[in-house]
Amino acid sequence: MGKYVPTTVTEREQMLSVIGVDSIDELYANVPESMRIRDGLDLPEGMGELEVRAAVTEMAEKNRIFRTILRGAGSYNHFIPSVVKSITSREEFITAYTPYQAEISQGILQAIFEYQTMICMLTGMDVSNASVYDGASAASEAAAMCRDRKRTVSYISACSDPQTIETVRTYCFGSDTELIVVPSKNGRTDTAALAAMLGVDAASFYLQQPNFYGQMEDAAAIGKVVHAAGAKFIMGVNPIACAVMRTPYESGADIAVGEGQPLGLSMAFGGPYLGFMACTKAMMRKLPGRIVGQTADVDGERGYVLTLTAREQHIRREKASSNICSNQALCAFTAGVYMSAMGEKGMKQAANLCMSKAHYFAGRISSELGWRLIFRGEFFHEFVTECPSPEIVLKALEDHGILGGLPIEGGVLWCVTETVSKAELDRTIDIIREVC
Amino acid sequence: MKIPEDLKYSKTHEWVKMLDADSCLIGITDFAQSELGDIVFINLPEPGDDAVKAEAFCDVESVKAVSDVISPVTGTIFEVNETLVDAPQTLNEDPFEAWIVKVVKITATVDLMDAKAYAAFVESEGGAV
Amino acid sequence: MKLIFECGMEGQHLSLIPACDVPEVALRETREQPLELPSVCENELTRHYRALSKRVHGVNDGFYPLGSCTMKYNPKINDDMAALPGFAAVHPLQPASTVQGCLEVLYKAEKYLCEITGMDAMTLQPAAGAHGELTGMLLIKAYLRDRKDTGRTKIIVPDSAHGTNPASAAMAGFTVVNVSSGSAGCVDLDSLRDAVGPDTAGLMLTNPNTLGIFDKNILEITKIVHEAGGLCYYDGANLNAVAGVVRPGDMGFDIVHLNLHKTFSTPHGGGGPGSGPVGCKSPVSCFLPGPVTQEADGQFKQVTPAKSIGRMKAFNGNFLVVVRALTYILTLGREGVPDASRHAVLHANYMMTRLKSKFDMPYDQFCMHEFVMSLDRLYRETGVSALDIAKGLLDNGMHPPTMYFPNIVHEALLVEPTETESKQTIDEAADVFLALYDLAKSDPEVLHQAPVTTPVRRLDEVGAARNPILRYEK
Repeated sequence: MGKYVPTTVTEREQMLSVIGVDSIDELYANVPESMRIRDGLDLPEGMGELEVRAAVTEMAEKNRIFRTILRGAGSYNHFIPSVVKSITSREEFITAYTPYQAEISQGILQAIFEYQTMICMLTGMDVSNASVYDGASAASEAAAMCRDRKRTVSYISACSDPQTIETVRTYCFGSDTELIVVPSKNGRTDTAALAAMLGVDAASFYLQQPNFYGQMEDAAAIGKVVHAAGAKFIMGVNPIACAVMRTPYESGADIAVGEGQPLGLSMAFGGPYLGFMACTKAMMRKLPGRIVGQTADVDGERGYVLTLTAREQHIRREKASSNICSNQALCAFTAGVYMSAMGEKGMKQAANLCMSKAHYFAGRISSELGWRLIFRGEFFHEFVTECPSPEIVLKALEDHGILGGLPIEGGVLWCVTETVSKAELDRTIDIIREVC
Repeated sequence: MKIPEDLKYSKTHEWVKMLDADSCLIGITDFAQSELGDIVFINLPEPGDDAVKAEAFCDVESVKAVSDVISPVTGTIFEVNETLVDAPQTLNEDPFEAWIVKVVKITATVDLMDAKAYAAFVESEGGAV
Repeated sequence: MKLIFECGMEGQHLSLIPACDVPEVALRETREQPLELPSVCENELTRHYRALSKRVHGVNDGFYPLGSCTMKYNPKINDDMAALPGFAAVHPLQPASTVQGCLEVLYKAEKYLCEITGMDAMTLQPAAGAHGELTGMLLIKAYLRDRKDTGRTKIIVPDSAHGTNPASAAMAGFTVVNVSSGSAGCVDLDSLRDAVGPDTAGLMLTNPNTLGIFDKNILEITKIVHEAGGLCYYDGANLNAVAGVVRPGDMGFDIVHLNLHKTFSTPHGGGGPGSGPVGCKSPVSCFLPGPVTQEADGQFKQVTPAKSIGRMKAFNGNFLVVVRALTYILTLGREGVPDASRHAVLHANYMMTRLKSKFDMPYDQFCMHEFVMSLDRLYRETGVSALDIAKGLLDNGMHPPTMYFPNIVHEALLVEPTETESKQTIDEAADVFLALYDLAKSDPEVLHQAPVTTPVRRLDEVGAARNPILRYEK
């Protein structure tokens, strides 16, 4: 009997007897002796739960948890309601398999259908899938959706998260696609350059909104330029900002993707996160990954089922447009619970607080510290300021339990969410003033 | 199993209706649709695309499978039957009315069978005629 | 059952966010499209999800013999550890000195998984098996390009392979060449010899294969591919049969991916998140996606390999899933890893022996951790298909095995009991299967009507695909 192996020695003997062998080794007859591990694995000895708990907790305690977090850049410290944590830790949802057997999986299927609906509501788009790995891979899959025999070149704004650009570039290495980065101008996409660069073989242009620097782009105008060139318009959006900003649909996007981590997922050193993908009806059949649809059973009862499955790898194999199989189902489920708990009122309130507090903080940095904003356009909850000595400033903040903004070329990228109080922002300014 | 007399048939179960010397309509046969089961979607080609004999020019989806439709002719696709996008079930219900493409400027064809030869072929493949 | 949108009432809401304590600022242009998210109170919200939870079937509900999925018990300690604030509340862009614990988790996981697979380096970035496969294919591409070996455009895949294999190869720009499985279900060596050539980039294989059979010719197979100049990629989906017994690295594989949500007990979550780490031998390690973890003088840091293919996604992969897997590896340890695999193989053979009395086993030999049954004869004799038997199992409170995979077997059911099931559970399950076989013979119509005890009965999948309704509309 082993750690989670219930089989006793007696039962093992009984099973071997029924099978008709003397030892488990005989069952491995096909494995050449020469290949087998001889002296055991070079792993530590197994431990009981008490010791494991101590060993892993020790590692967790070596990490610093900051009380105040003023850093975003793709991962955001938002408030997660208790009800979200409680519901998403139910073992039924956690230990369930993919809902291929629809009759016993209506709970998962309905929850994902609800999630899909909420993503459509948030982005204004017609159709959503059941999720992909994260925002960066969603951007890559979206670019792939737009390519065909005639339109083969993908474009992306230089104002996108560098990790998104890198991921799209890696996926394009796979498909032997040319990826062209459209330059920035004053922290926003250079629209004139975009218009000049889009060729007749342009498949799509990806725009992040708000962009990596926190700046609001003129998405509708950019969308027009992209469509005029016959290409598709992909927007990568912050889901909290979506509650208040012009939606991707309203901006003319064909596909809306983004990082769904702000919707109830902890920062968790980078994962698991959530790539959401939504599109217009016209592009529905190009969406990768699983999609839940509504139908009826033989008695006419409303029910849900994985549908449009003929797009996927298990049916199309090498002709599938994407290889994705497992997605981030439990994370999508979490986002659905979060959006249900927050509702329209909560989401708009959270967005309002993020934006207002960020502007308050930016104002105080300017008036109290004299640091200029590097980019002067309209921003949501992130902004870049100059910073005379980022190392000293960030260390001082760190010593006081504050994770300061992200040092980038030319300045510091700050982020303020609804979790940071005015008092904490004021204190941050005071601490910086002491060292500068 | 319907097998209209006035059509020609390929070994991969497509039917061909010659409209004149170098243009035709193409569809899938009754045997094909029954083998495929309930068809849920057809991925049509675009007008202007090339059709090449013995190569796939579109595919048809059922819930659990995808099947290529093989072109019996080489030519240019002139027209596609858009009604099939919203009503793919007509391929099951009325396979010989549900033409998929109209091909023009035909320069080559695969070996085609007449109705009688096709009936025999279907029987040899295990179909009930 | 109501959708969440059909619950609640306008005006109902939770009290979550405080009032704004600074002057309010709004965007110049705001959305005009309404945001009609649910409007419920907390009480009704929790009842809605409680009702949904009763319509879900998890590993904690019963036997889950899904072949190729390794639905073993998901230990609770793993979830507890993943929820520690020291992991959950950490921002991925914190300075390295403040996340030494996270880096230690990644480093140890990389190291232990390398040891188990016989690889020299590992990335924990891919978020799922298929993501790992794509990574592996890109590694092969980068490796060949670096050597200016540009004529190698083909990846060889057995016809029994999981659909993600050819799909991943295609996404990496390769053409897929299928090789047939011989009568023993294994790669036909002659077929393989014919398929390799100067255009061979590599082979994708899982061993044991998708039929649950260990290919004893594996060293010959990898040799044939290597001699032709290609690389060998191991799909680790079936590692549960051999972890701790034999290493893919010793089978001749150059690159492997693992499924932490299969072999390493992390939960499936209704379809994810999983984790698909990719390991490789030294010559390929400079191409790994970045960052990877390194240790020097007791300090951990992240570095990007010199010729990295870039990134498969942002940040560090599904970190909390890795925490769970590491916790599991620490629990099992040196002796527990092979012990789990050996019992997985024992349990599968035991169940196969019990079912053999009635069900057809197309490959009459010892299996590994899973076995495939064919209901083809039963279907032709009674009209009862693999699907019907599966639906009959639902009425017995059991999740069915994997249906219709691999597609080289007609009316296939692929069964994988795993090592965490007791003999009692396996015996009870076998009894149910055997009873359903008898029912198919005596009263097939009952199975055509199944399931009847589930929250919904068989669903109209054709209608769902013809007229897709993919969201709620008022």
